[in-house]
Amino acid sequence: MIPAPFEYEVAESVDHAVELLTTREDAKLLAGGHSLIPLLKVRLARPGTLVDIGRVSGMVGVLDAGEHLVVGAMTTLSDLVADASVSVGCPLLATTAAQVGDPQVRHRGTIGGSLAHGDPASDLPTTLLALDAELVVRGSGGERTIAAADFFVGFFETALGPDEILTEIRVPKTGAAGTAYLKFHHRAIDWATVGVAVVVESQNGSISSARVALTNMGPAPVRASAVEAALAGADRGAVARAAEAADRGTDPPSDLQAGADYRRHIAKVLTRRALTQALS
Amino acid sequence: MRRTTLTVNGVRHELDVEPRELLVLALRDHLGLTGTNIGCDTSSCGACTIHMDGQSVKSCTVLAVQADGAEITTIEGLASNGEMHPMQSAFNEHHALQCGYCTPGMIMAAVGLLQENPNPTENEIRSDLEGNLCRCTGYHNIVKAVRAVAAG
Repeated sequence: MIPAPFEYEVAESVDHAVELLTTREDAKLLAGGHSLIPLLKVRLARPGTLVDIGRVSGMVGVLDAGEHLVVGAMTTLSDLVADASVSVGCPLLATTAAQVGDPQVRHRGTIGGSLAHGDPASDLPTTLLALDAELVVRGSGGERTIAAADFFVGFFETALGPDEILTEIRVPKTGAAGTAYLKFHHRAIDWATVGVAVVVESQNGSISSARVALTNMGPAPVRASAVEAALAGADRGAVARAAEAADRGTDPPSDLQAGADYRRHIAKVLTRRALTQALS
Repeated sequence: MRRTTLTVNGVRHELDVEPRELLVLALRDHLGLTGTNIGCDTSSCGACTIHMDGQSVKSCTVLAVQADGAEITTIEGLASNGEMHPMQSAFNEHHALQCGYCTPGMIMAAVGLLQENPNPTENEIRSDLEGNLCRCTGYHNIVKAVRAVAAG
């Protein structure tokens, strides 16, 4: 399969990329390409110009900024998995990235590309939602910071403006909190049928707070608020019952992978397992 | 057309490619290196796996222009002086192929995984080869071949 023709520009800096996005008709950013190129090939995406940001310096790597990690948007998923500051400061980010695609895909795919694509079946948006991460974007109007809760707007839709670039992600460290990301997927297709990310703070078996987010239970990742409310101040014995509310307020799709009812069932099971794992 | 420089198996090539040209097609059609196969064409099956700057990648999901300046190794570049690469010999000895279609990509992925993890467990080999599909169900012997190379 061969993509439809497009103009191709190599951005030399973030500002250059913003300029190209602003001046070119129907321009789209190309990061690692592992979400976009498959869509180009089946011609679901037909941009006028691809702006390749793969050679922009300063957008790769993880910086330990004390309370949080600063992750460059062009950091590949395999580099995230291997990064020592991620493994120590926010292991959930590494364990989630390790479940995306396969080694070859992780060598090319980037965290920023995955987030900006807004696919409801992708894993990292859910984890960043559970982590209360912030996304830093730059456009012709300057720089702004968007909370993960406000970034993922809908089906392949984010809060990014047409001239904006996601440059870095600020991820709060999880400290002593227990975390887990679990997903259910078709053997040969790595996109999540359903996924769940949990961040649980507890002491002596008593849960002080739980953050739970779900993949592919609606057009964008969603917090399982009913589960979170049921667990605040509860003990770990409340997990099984709380997880039964995982699908409350969600709007799961029915597609070739699974029907909506089946997704609701999987969401409850995965939420129970993820919470149990995070608390163990 | 865009002038693109690829160093493939140690040989530098300057190609004029359309920006939409996939790296796998540049290798196969421009350079005649047809050892790299196209299977699913959707980055699922891994038949098109090559090494780009030392890492295994699926060449059906990379544009040739993205690889401008890169060092590429394909299955044709593994043997040296007429001697098969140890992974190729191990696939031969352990009967790690039946129809052979997945084999070039499987071997490139296997060589890549040992570069990153020289002493993998059997489970690690199986999970690290998750991006390569063999429809002859030859996985068991493929894992044996990779273990044999890791053990030296």
